[in-house]
Amino acid sequence: MLPILQVGPLAIQMPGLFLLAGVWVAVSLTDREAPRHSLKASVLSNVILIGLVVGILSARLWYVMRFLEVYLDSPVSVLSLNPSTLAPLEGALTGLFAAVYYGYRKGLPLWPTLDAMTPGLAAVGIAVGLSHIASGDAFGAETGLPWSIELWGAQRHPTQIYEVLAAGIIFWLIWKNRRQVPASGFLFLAWVALSALSRLAIEAFRGDSVIAFGSLRTAQLASVMVLAMVLAGMHFLVRPQAPDPRR
Amino acid sequence: MSKFESLVRDPIRWGATVLGVVVLGAIWIAVSQVPASATTGGAIPSPREGFLAPDFTLETLQGETVTLSDLRGKAVVVNLWASWCPPCRAEMPALQAAYEADRGRGLEILAVDMTYQDTEQDALRFIEEFGLTFTIPMDRDGTVARQYLLRALPSTFFVGPDGVITKVVIGGPMSEATIRTNVQAMLDELP
Repeated sequence: MLPILQVGPLAIQMPGLFLLAGVWVAVSLTDREAPRHSLKASVLSNVILIGLVVGILSARLWYVMRFLEVYLDSPVSVLSLNPSTLAPLEGALTGLFAAVYYGYRKGLPLWPTLDAMTPGLAAVGIAVGLSHIASGDAFGAETGLPWSIELWGAQRHPTQIYEVLAAGIIFWLIWKNRRQVPASGFLFLAWVALSALSRLAIEAFRGDSVIAFGSLRTAQLASVMVLAMVLAGMHFLVRPQAPDPRR
Repeated sequence: MSKFESLVRDPIRWGATVLGVVVLGAIWIAVSQVPASATTGGAIPSPREGFLAPDFTLETLQGETVTLSDLRGKAVVVNLWASWCPPCRAEMPALQAAYEADRGRGLEILAVDMTYQDTEQDALRFIEEFGLTFTIPMDRDGTVARQYLLRALPSTFFVGPDGVITKVVIGGPMSEATIRTNVQAMLDELP
């Protein structure tokens, strides 16, 4: 765990640095993949940029609205660079909406766009795992296994390392097979399915799961539902089309 | 056409595969179920959100003793600082302003001076310079720094009325709004 790298007077937040590096790699890979899907790289880069900028700005605005009384006392604090005063979920949803709207306005076709972004998304998966290693988030349950690590006052499953390994395998599978997909959108759905499978498996070793129905891990329930829907979706993308009766 | 592609195209075989995956997934979920209490920080003291704040007893410059766990039932901000640290200097006025705004509603601030890396004279000058009125314990042997895995100054831990850490802010300076919004979230838990 290395949340902060102190370089002289600078305290560099390592989890954020890993995520930033992941986004940079994702943008580069998407730029590279765009022409193969007959898409303009610049438009695709703008989709990512708009999603990120709107996501970050709206995350602050949602947070400000939640604590409006405090910010009315000190309006200039709205401009603070502190990442702890963000509403991440609301920001992510607003950023996603903005990116989708921009793509729609620019006439980007849905499935080829998602396919072009897939290797980048798989790379972000590795970056998220590395950021968890740095921060100690997404930590494992207590265990006496020989490869357990000491974290947060106990010997635990190194779930962050499992996460990076799984994300690395997913990236390799996506990268290796990205030119041999049978239909547009298939690569993206394959990535979603592999990611859901990985979460379903690794969640079993997590020490911070949210529990529903007494003892079931909600992330596993969500993963298995996503997995079933996406696998079904993969069939509908490649099934033979019935001949058009008008022809 | 690859074997995998022909499998996905075939509605019967692919349907059976999806069903198999869902059944195996359900078995895995059943095998890995745990009681809710097993997946949280529970009673383990660790300097992390969701865990019990590591307890400490320290002396202030005035020779009084303060114990973190004695403050259960209040919203507590534990701030680790040193007089030579520029971002600590920058955020102290904001901490003092937040204290003045919310002390009447149950806020306590323990601004622990890292005395083992500082001097008591410099700490005293710092306290007088900023007119600090909250409690300032002195960590003379680095015990609290070790307990809280100190990596950067300042580091701030927001400890809820149940003694569980609700937010960790490493580095600074924090704005007054950052402090007050996190305090507000803790005060909302008070009966």
